[in-house]
Amino acid sequence: MALSDKSRNEAVLKAITANRLRDGEVIFLAPGPDLGWVERLDAAALFEDAAAADTALAAAKAQAEGEQFAVDVYAFDLRVTDGQRVPVKTRERIRALGPTVRIDLGKQAAA
Amino acid sequence: MNHIAPGRNAGVYSYDDIDRRFVAERVEQFRAQVERRLSGELTEDEFKPLRLMNGLYLQLHAYMLRIAVPYGVLTARQLRKLAEIGRKYDKGYGHFTTRQNLQFNWIKLEDTPAILHELAEVDMHALQTSGNCVRNVTTDQFVGAARDEVVDGRVYAEILRQWTTLHPEFTFLPRKFKIAIMGSDADRAAIRVHDVGVFAKRNERGEVGFTFYVGGGLGRSPFIGKLIRDWVPEEDFVAYLEAILRVYNQYGRRDNIYKARIKILVHELGQEKFTQEVEEEFARLRGPKYRLAPEVVDEIRRRFGGPAFETLTDEPESFQAAKAANPDFARWVAVNVLAHKVPGYAAATISLKPAGGIPGDATSEQMELIADLADAHSFGELRVSHAQNLVLAHVRQDELFTLWTALEANGLGTPNAGLIGDIIACPGLDYCALANARSIPLAQAISARFADPARQQTIGELGIKISGCINACGHHHVGAIGILGVDKKGEEFYQITVGGDPTLTTAIGDILGPAVTADETVDAIEAIVEVYLSNRHDGERFIDTLKRVGHGPFKERVYAAH
Ligand code: HEM
Ligand code: SF4
Repeated sequence: MALSDKSRNEAVLKAITANRLRDGEVIFLAPGPDLGWVERLDAAALFEDAAAADTALAAAKAQAEGEQFAVDVYAFDLRVTDGQRVPVKTRERIRALGPTVRIDLGKQAAA
Repeated sequence: MNHIAPGRNAGVYSYDDIDRRFVAERVEQFRAQVERRLSGELTEDEFKPLRLMNGLYLQLHAYMLRIAVPYGVLTARQLRKLAEIGRKYDKGYGHFTTRQNLQFNWIKLEDTPAILHELAEVDMHALQTSGNCVRNVTTDQFVGAARDEVVDGRVYAEILRQWTTLHPEFTFLPRKFKIAIMGSDADRAAIRVHDVGVFAKRNERGEVGFTFYVGGGLGRSPFIGKLIRDWVPEEDFVAYLEAILRVYNQYGRRDNIYKARIKILVHELGQEKFTQEVEEEFARLRGPKYRLAPEVVDEIRRRFGGPAFETLTDEPESFQAAKAANPDFARWVAVNVLAHKVPGYAAATISLKPAGGIPGDATSEQMELIADLADAHSFGELRVSHAQNLVLAHVRQDELFTLWTALEANGLGTPNAGLIGDIIACPGLDYCALANARSIPLAQAISARFADPARQQTIGELGIKISGCINACGHHHVGAIGILGVDKKGEEFYQITVGGDPTLTTAIGDILGPAVTADETVDAIEAIVEVYLSNRHDGERFIDTLKRVGHGPFKERVYAAH
């Protein structure tokens, strides 16, 4: 899971994530104005500037409180390297894929 | 289940169905709370403490449910139920923890009331596994079985369980509160790193009394429990604990600085002043209301009233012959089997640490197999050890070979109890939302490196303990070798400590040097072991050699390449 040196040159983007309230599944904010959520990072909305990410985050949080769909909403950093979306932090990579010690489980299993 | 409830005389008993009704009511209460959360009547802020009170955490991938296993003792029937829940509501496995509990990692909030309902069918629950209450009281995994046992700790652990479960004052403590009890000369429950560690013993007249250590704990600021009183007579057991908790509660409520673990309070007040406060409170409390009557203790002891052991002799011929004919079996017996207080019996540790495996994980199939083996060979009862293994405590020696054969055939016969492969590891960054680094892959790499059972046996007693962050769930501070995951600019690094000791001679390990990468950590462990083997005197354990030669040679070798 080490980042290649090349990736360090890629721009850092932001995505917004949460857990689905009723089952805990890791979800990501989808592109578009209606604040939908998707299960795969590949389908998530990406934000290039911090201000846009903050606005979306505030909206997503407000929606989470109003609609009982998502909990623990926050933004995280990622890069796009060779077409792959790779979160900067190991924690977020593991959340997006599943436990590294059980690659038969989590989102990585269904890939 | 009988209840000693506060506000009543400790001798007043009530019956099983009271306990069942209590748990059933709590399940229904939680069902309603979940419904209100899903419908939006409760906000997350309102709901979170309620779900935590029911052992439900939100982790990296899903909800995690922590199920209480009071003092680590389970029936085969209960283990089968856990296996079933694992299959039905999780992903076919569970994780046994250092607090002798079981955690499921992939739980859905909407399923939780049904799970708790199913657990209640076998008298289990997830209460007191989270939040600022008195947590599951832990004890020796060989309780009631070990030949070196002086007092049966389960009896007093059960008394405390009853005492604290319904105690209104103790459901809202300043912080969580952990108690461990040991009743033999050896300390297998790490009592001095608990908020309260109780050492049960007997005087010359054979009467039971207790030594109290208070203020131990790990986490960000580790402390070793201080001796508060050497002898508390049995009848004052509950009163004394009540006095400790009251002093804690009182200070915890009065001043913010002390709104923390009792270890901080003991440290800030000083051992002497704290002891004095407890003694004063105790003097006020001592009396009929808090007196633990011998009849009560006897009644509870009767409930545990050992299984119907047969009259046998040690080392029966068939057992000796099996050992002679099968060196692998003989090794397993030498490493994983402990002498039993009843001749002809033994306590067997089922290692959940196969070389390269995930410490403490068991599949539903393995749980079912072990439940069957417990029925066949250990009176339908088993234990979870704080080292994340399982124990069949009452096995006939002449049945050990049959037991081992079945375990071995299912990957459960690893002969490494207490050895370097018997690594304690917290879930770490693979599951835990608080982690800095992964723990499990490191445990896997180390146990794979030291896979050879003969080499492990040569190295002897050496506990490696790994935590993925400073909360120290993996007890790294008291590992002979401790490993702590740290985050350095987003990368996983590991800090190595040496010389920790979880037994009564408690010691917190010292940091060996700068943190290293995961790969370097595995090499460092190998280097440490080599230095030990080349320096040790006959019969010397790792920590003894370390004490004698100091850190120097270890440090030099580990950081030689840097
Ligand atoms: C995966 C979810 C877990 C979370 C979020 C968690 C959280 C924590 C936190 C925050 C502390 C520090 C509390 C304090 O110092 O006041 C702690 C301590 C501790 N946890 Fe965990 N833990 C988790 C899993 C486990 C597991 C799996 C075990 C057993 C293997 C465990 C056993 C302990 C122990 C023994 C301590 C003791 C340190 C002490 O308080 O003295 N925890 N945990
Ligand atoms: S020590 Fe840290 S990483 Fe490990 S389980 Fe505890 S809180 Fe999580």
